Amino acid sequence: MSLDKDTVRRIATLARIRVDEDALEPLAGELNNILGWVEQLNEVDTEGVPLMTSFVETEPFKRSDTVDDGGKAEQVLANAPEEAEQFFVVPKVVE
Amino acid sequence: MAALTDLTLAQARDGLAAGEFTSVELTEAHIAATEAVRDLNCYILETPEAAREMAQAADDRRVRGEGGSLNGLPIAIKDLFCTTGVQATAGSHILEGFVPPYESTVTRQLWDAGAVMLGKTNLDEFAMGSSNMTSYFGPVMNPWQRAGDAAAKLVPGGSSGGSAAIVAARGALASTGTDTGGSIRQPGSFCGIVGMKPTYGRCSRWGIIAFASSLDQAGPLTRTVEDAAIMLGVMAGHDPKDSTSVNVPVPDYEAALGTGVKGLRIGVPKECRLEGTPAEIEALWQQGIEWLKAAGAEIVDISLPHTKYALPAYYIVAPAEASSNLARYDGVRYGLRVDGDSPQEMYENTRGEGFGAEVKRRVLIGTYVLSAGYYDAYYLQAQKVRTRIGQDFHEAWEKVDAILTPTTPSAAFAQGEKMDDPIAMYLNDVLTVPASMAGLPAISVPAGLSGDGLPLGLHVIGRPFDESTVFKVGHAIEEAANFTATPQLMAGGR
Repeated sequence: MSLDKDTVRRIATLARIRVDEDALEPLAGELNNILGWVEQLNEVDTEGVPLMTSFVETEPFKRSDTVDDGGKAEQVLANAPEEAEQFFVVPKVVE
Repeated sequence: MAALTDLTLAQARDGLAAGEFTSVELTEAHIAATEAVRDLNCYILETPEAAREMAQAADDRRVRGEGGSLNGLPIAIKDLFCTTGVQATAGSHILEGFVPPYESTVTRQLWDAGAVMLGKTNLDEFAMGSSNMTSYFGPVMNPWQRAGDAAAKLVPGGSSGGSAAIVAARGALASTGTDTGGSIRQPGSFCGIVGMKPTYGRCSRWGIIAFASSLDQAGPLTRTVEDAAIMLGVMAGHDPKDSTSVNVPVPDYEAALGTGVKGLRIGVPKECRLEGTPAEIEALWQQGIEWLKAAGAEIVDISLPHTKYALPAYYIVAPAEASSNLARYDGVRYGLRVDGDSPQEMYENTRGEGFGAEVKRRVLIGTYVLSAGYYDAYYLQAQKVRTRIGQDFHEAWEKVDAILTPTTPSAAFAQGEKMDDPIAMYLNDVLTVPASMAGLPAISVPAGLSGDGLPLGLHVIGRPFDESTVFKVGHAIEEAANFTATPQLMAGGR
């Protein structure tokens, strides 16, 4: 599998990362190198092998379903780039 | 008496207990040391004022007959841990200025035990790197230099580069790191100190900025194995706030050290004899085998057949998890915001400007391997290979109690090297990643010097939750190696 410029543009949009047009081609080259290198995983016979889910079989920890934290609007908003009336402010979505 | 900054964590603890000096004196000595080695760029943020207050509080507690096991001991914290009211950046522009309103569980436990915070250490951006070169806040310089070549600035390794360099340079008694594929052990090896990654689930990940959640683990960087045991004893433990934190008792790691390795079976995996490994690394490994044999351990040849696939599988799994974890940095609720005409454009501008080249590369790889049509071929195959790697270790544990390998395929390299070839950089972690993929505890212990005078580490891997045996074997190597060399650039001079 090989990535072309258009695929890189599509992934970058999916990942919400702006990539300048002239950076797409070199990036495709870098990503192809990495993907070419990981292709060797196909050599491994994984027929019937289960997916790795955990290392140690342990009983999941259960807690009671109660509210034990909250009411901290001021702290939640403390790092906001822009806020108003206890809301986060973003550019207009609806015209 | 030795300078306060030359003491080990254990010696400083005992000195404080005996009233030989106060925490304020000990902390002032480390603040001065921090200033003396500031050119290394170990810290993103120094917190001397907070350190002085914490030291005074520790001394006050001691007068009252109170204080935990780390009372008054100054340490450094990797800037991946959230610390209440103190900036946490993850080495990224996108989090510059972010001040967490909460404390990570690991640092909370350290402060509850009385430790003093000197500052937040530099790291590769979002812990993605093996050189500390990807930090938005500039590279860290390794305090070690090649013999006769003071001009070449070497990397401290990564991602916990600042945490390793500051402990090696005698600027802190110990530090915290995190390890996803080798980020504690590789910098430990490059800087000539001890780096310990515990079993996945041993330390809470709550409040640690996430990179790859199924791999990330916190652990200590220290100058001795004993110090690592002391630190881990405080950092470890079950935390209801992390669903992957495992509820098993934390043993007395310090007590395990003195018991020796007589009768232990140590595995030597043939697949770790990598093509192109320098002869001096092979020789050091052989030396380690001889040391353990002389200490009464039995050496057993073993096979971990899927070793060579651990690194490529890691470079599917880790970027996939990173692309998901880093989706939260959108410029809306905290961190950098770069405006745009629509929310979509604002996200793209913010992330395009806020992330560095390596982070972007990994998020894009992760996005690709998780995208429709490629998920089975890449991600699911990698997770199955990961199962295979785990099975290899599982079979090995029927024959051996611990496994010995070198930590890294080379000594520290120069800043700027390997930067144009991501895969060459990734290969730094080829010996540390298998234990990460299987969630196993592992330690790097300084064991010797390369031909040009740089430290090299030996790597011990143990069974799940058997850090005690890892410490025991590490301690035996430490005693045999008697590694007393010190870096050229350290507080107080060589």
